[in-house]
Amino acid sequence: MIGALRWRGISVRLERRMVIASLLLASLLVVVGCWSISVGDFPIRITEVVRTLIGRGTSSSEFIVGTLRLPRVLTGAMVGAAFGVSGAIFQSLARNPLGSPDVIGFTFGSALGAVLVIVAVEGASSVAVSAGAVAGGLLTALVVFLCAWRRGVQAHRLVLVGIGVGYAVAALTNYLLTQANISDAQRASVWLTGSLNGRSWEHVRPVGAGLFVLLPLAMWMGRSLRLLELGDDTAAALGVRLGRARFGIVVVGVGLAALATASAGPVAFVALMAPPIARRIVHAPGITIVPTALVGALLTVSADLMARRMLAPLELPVGIFTAVLGAPYLLWLLTRETRMGAL
Amino acid sequence: MTASHPPCRLRAEAVCLAYDAHIVVDDLSLSIPDGKVTAIVGANACGKSTLLRALARLLRPTSGRVLLDGEEIHRVKTKEVARRLGLLPQSSTCPPGILVADLVARGRSPHQRLLQQWSVTDEDTVRDALIATETLDLADRPIDELSGGQRQRVWIAMALAQATPLLLLDEPTTFLDIAHQIDVLDLVADLNQTRQTTVVMVLHDLNQACRYADHIVAMRDGRIVADGQPTEVITSELVEEVFGLECIVITDPLAGTPLVVPRIRHRCATGATSTLSLAGV
Repeated sequence: MIGALRWRGISVRLERRMVIASLLLASLLVVVGCWSISVGDFPIRITEVVRTLIGRGTSSSEFIVGTLRLPRVLTGAMVGAAFGVSGAIFQSLARNPLGSPDVIGFTFGSALGAVLVIVAVEGASSVAVSAGAVAGGLLTALVVFLCAWRRGVQAHRLVLVGIGVGYAVAALTNYLLTQANISDAQRASVWLTGSLNGRSWEHVRPVGAGLFVLLPLAMWMGRSLRLLELGDDTAAALGVRLGRARFGIVVVGVGLAALATASAGPVAFVALMAPPIARRIVHAPGITIVPTALVGALLTVSADLMARRMLAPLELPVGIFTAVLGAPYLLWLLTRETRMGAL
Repeated sequence: MTASHPPCRLRAEAVCLAYDAHIVVDDLSLSIPDGKVTAIVGANACGKSTLLRALARLLRPTSGRVLLDGEEIHRVKTKEVARRLGLLPQSSTCPPGILVADLVARGRSPHQRLLQQWSVTDEDTVRDALIATETLDLADRPIDELSGGQRQRVWIAMALAQATPLLLLDEPTTFLDIAHQIDVLDLVADLNQTRQTTVVMVLHDLNQACRYADHIVAMRDGRIVADGQPTEVITSELVEEVFGLECIVITDPLAGTPLVVPRIRHRCATGATSTLSLAGV
């Protein structure tokens, strides 16, 4: 019935299908990642990529792989994972597939925070920009929840309020851009599309550290989330402290979205698409953290690969490709939800 | 507690319950007898579900207190309450596609910890719950495919998996047809008898309450009007007072419990008086 690993007094729930799917997704991610590293202005053979990654490459491939391309792929994978898990958290909390942070305005909030720092602080470091993104995301989430709150949060109200707040925030961002000097505006607008261009280890470290903390927390909170999916009363009757659990879950979810936005800009629709794809692969109802993180990573790294190669040597921002994939999905979701009368 | 009183793990002492400024229940005290089935009855909006929510710790009284094992229930940790007291709310949602076994397994969560996510006890308890509710053969089916009656059995199975000595049910028979209503109530009675589970349920149907409860609490406008065994409590005067319904009360030919027969404006049999005297009224 239900799979678990048991040893002495310890037992850990493991579904075989989830383990297998996760392993397959992880392998696929490694393959696409290596492929992405191998292509570019200086093509490197896959075998050479692998040799370099395990520390046996030539010094030139060492430079191209280690300094130029690996950080980009790693940032892409981690940003995708963070967006994916954040999406899963909010979709589960809102009990609605539209409740993802890029639909309900949190990512726009992060974008506003980041652009504000770029415009206001001359030559702002990427750490400052990230901090701005995190603060902007958290504040926007706070505003959305306060506006949507009426003795608890109802899914459709959260989604509608979030969309509204998102537009207001996006308008503010655009206003800031018109006020900015040209170089700031250019830096901001590349960042706003969602781009992995020129990512270095300086970008990998903060998102890596953030994921290291937030991902285990998300997995731990997944237990409460799975109970909250059964309705507030049932969750409370099963021992969930509603207020505290929801607060913690929102903080982790917003943190993940903000962290990802801070590292690569608001890469469109990864948070929206990754969770349902993961659920379908694993056959899991409700939230499933690890497969969602892997699907998010795979989506982002693949989209980046396409963005780099489609019009080579011109490199497009990754956000354009995730939007090309995500927009039709969002449309399909909206038509289906309206027909089912859920919105 | 004196020896003359039956032991009561769950009690309400002078509770006031309100939603915002609207007071629903005022200064109400109640003791739930251990190992018995208690039914709370009353007209719509009399505060019976609100009272149940307070007993389940879902609603904090504005004054007074609810005691679980002598301790104020809001001082007991949420998870600890969930190990002693289960609740089946009136409506629950579940993620589309969830399998019966998975849902019932979630009932085990108050007993689980970070490194004890699925013990042998968890597995056995869930199996027992599925067997007791005759849903074992549905274990691998998605909830969405089940009928209303089957679904309610599965939710009860989840509450059983929680393995609590006290079980609170809020109108467990709503949305079910008559056969499934009896089915679910028989199941609840079985649990009470085989596991000595203390049951508190809010019921709409007065006759079902009489048949299945050892103890009836009749409410009106947020107060308790009568409280005791069905045979002592249920009279035509009480039904008139609580529901504003004219009726006669006869003896249920099968269960021997009071049976409320409402008076209607039309179709009053001419021999009604003789039936009444037959029934000993």
